[in-house]
Amino acid sequence: MEINMKKTYKIDVDCANCANKMEEAASKTEGVKKAVVNFMALKMDVEFEDGASIGDVMKNVLKNCKKVEDDCEIFI
Amino acid sequence: MITFALVPVEGWVRFVCFMIPYLTVGYDVLWKALKGIKNRQPFDENFLMAVATVGAIILGEYTEGVAVILFYQIGELFQSVAVGKSRRSIAALMDIRPDFANIEDENGKLVQVDPDEVEIGSMIVIQPGERVPIDGVIVSGNTSLNTAALTGESVPRDVSENDEVISGCINMTGLIKVRTSCEFGESTVSRILELVENSSSRKSKPENFISKFARIYTPAVCGCALALALLPPLVSLIAGIDPQWSTWVYRALTFLVISCPCALVVSIPLSFFAGIGGASRAGVLIKGSNYMEALSRVKTVVFDKTGTMTEGVFEVDGIHHRDDKTGKCTCQSENAVFSRIEVDETHHTHKNANDICETCKGHECKLLEMAALVESASSHPISRSLIKAYGHEPDRTRVSDIHEYSGKGVTAVVDGEEVAVGNAGLMEMLGIEAIPCNKVGTIVHVAIGGEYAGHILIGDRIKPQAHEAIELLKKKGVKKTVMLTGDIKAVADKVAAELGIDEVRSNLLPSNKVEAVEELLGEQTGNDTLAFAGDGINDAPVLSRADIGIAMGALGSDAAIEAADIVLMDDNPVKISKAIGIARKCLRIVYENIWFAIGVKVACLILGALGITNMWAAIFADVGVMVLAVLNAIRALSTKRA
Repeated sequence: MEINMKKTYKIDVDCANCANKMEEAASKTEGVKKAVVNFMALKMDVEFEDGASIGDVMKNVLKNCKKVEDDCEIFI
Repeated sequence: MITFALVPVEGWVRFVCFMIPYLTVGYDVLWKALKGIKNRQPFDENFLMAVATVGAIILGEYTEGVAVILFYQIGELFQSVAVGKSRRSIAALMDIRPDFANIEDENGKLVQVDPDEVEIGSMIVIQPGERVPIDGVIVSGNTSLNTAALTGESVPRDVSENDEVISGCINMTGLIKVRTSCEFGESTVSRILELVENSSSRKSKPENFISKFARIYTPAVCGCALALALLPPLVSLIAGIDPQWSTWVYRALTFLVISCPCALVVSIPLSFFAGIGGASRAGVLIKGSNYMEALSRVKTVVFDKTGTMTEGVFEVDGIHHRDDKTGKCTCQSENAVFSRIEVDETHHTHKNANDICETCKGHECKLLEMAALVESASSHPISRSLIKAYGHEPDRTRVSDIHEYSGKGVTAVVDGEEVAVGNAGLMEMLGIEAIPCNKVGTIVHVAIGGEYAGHILIGDRIKPQAHEAIELLKKKGVKKTVMLTGDIKAVADKVAAELGIDEVRSNLLPSNKVEAVEELLGEQTGNDTLAFAGDGINDAPVLSRADIGIAMGALGSDAAIEAADIVLMDDNPVKISKAIGIARKCLRIVYENIWFAIGVKVACLILGALGITNMWAAIFADVGVMVLAVLNAIRALSTKRA
């Protein structure tokens, strides 16, 4: 059975460059296969590695994003 | 600030006077800069702004330090206002999401519920002025629907019982009861919204370029700033000239002011987002900015014939009766004049078979009338086309003993005479010798009283807008138009010639269509792309093989929406050139923004390095360019003249 390891989160961020930085930070987080930030729609699509615990990974994603852009928010 | 600049105070008093506005305006920048340092983000824009302004103040350029921070903050404010506003205006364009569905409770009272909670097969009530929440079929009532939000067409669509209604349309005149045919999540409106919202995940080349550029740009500019601050003074020092430290440090600081790539990073995705939003308003759904980009470079457009260039609906094309004297059909006499049915109400519309029509001396009228009467009970598309050509409701009391032979035709007794209407197989079965037609199309043979009377030619009609569509494509610089069809050569060539299509390939099986597209793809040179437009029903493999697959008339067809890259909500082929126009405009705006923003920044960097401009120009290059680029990006929303 294939489990859909893709989720969409609402985010809040001020500037477009910061959104790019968030995308990079999120992509580099362990357990994340791919992350795409859509600045216009204020959404983040995260694709997880197989077997990753979504809750834990997202905590790290948020932590890493906060590191590059203090003002950002991800509504997990 | 100006007051401070003019007040004749010197020394630390002057410093304190400037620190008041500086800290008021810029405290959060400084605060964020400190946090950035803590998080080891040296190229954080707040940090760079802080360095630039603090540097300016240390150099004694109080006015500029304060001005830069002020304009920077104004720019940030403007950016979030402009982006927020465009986000809202795009959201408003896509505001087709229905808020509720009406369901009747046991007492017959209407209850508003969340469309998500409505199950398949439920009965919903849609009042005038409300939006259709879920796809379904009308059970009772009739009305006109405004489909503008979906198709961009403002002509209302009249619907009545048993017609399908599509979510997102607005019910304009009457109350209708609808049985839902799917869940809300599967409804047209949900699919469209999902498609448009996800479209920016598929990034185009300019977008990828910009995100790469942004990553290099800031460090590069900062590196240059450092070099500018250190190298010339050191060289001067070695050469024994006055190093002019403050001049070079000031110039380096102007670099930092321009180091944020925000104008580019904001405006490029915004342009695409606006373009896709505007296009969906015009009934053109584009699944990603990469397709938008590909579409702008289209040089070859390949069409499917049936359903794309033609209506895909049958219509009587000609009536050929058997001449009693020669025993031949009118289509076979040497100087044959084929009777064609034009939409002429006076001809071929007699109630009585014995009336003589001026034009055809009654032969053809009778043929058509008999066919229409015999087929009056059938709902087959061909029967419908016969009845439509007949012009009025057949008098069913004249018809009795109807027998339907599946796949062959129908026999019945009309006015006491045995009439058979069907294909060659039916004639064979009845032992009647049929005369084949030498025209192309679907042939319906008619025998009256056991004797062959003639045949009716049924063809597909070219869409009224098809000719204009091809013309517009040529005007847009499309080099080659190709039509693919499974039809025989004669029909295909005729349609192609009529429309001015450059190349035509006929007798194709679905797999041959893929091969044909692959061959045409091989002929493309450089960045040119190939688009295939079809109705999305049988040509999914071709749609996915082409650079850009365009599905037409996809309103309500899930398969087509899945397979295609671009979906035209109605089946008007003119929309293809419209879509190309929208894509071109969007890409033009994108490139304008790229060149403008990079150009101004580079110019400011060079002039700044030479000491020709100062921080004032630098802050304009940063904030002003962004404002202009954002305003330019918003233009992509308007698709009227594309």
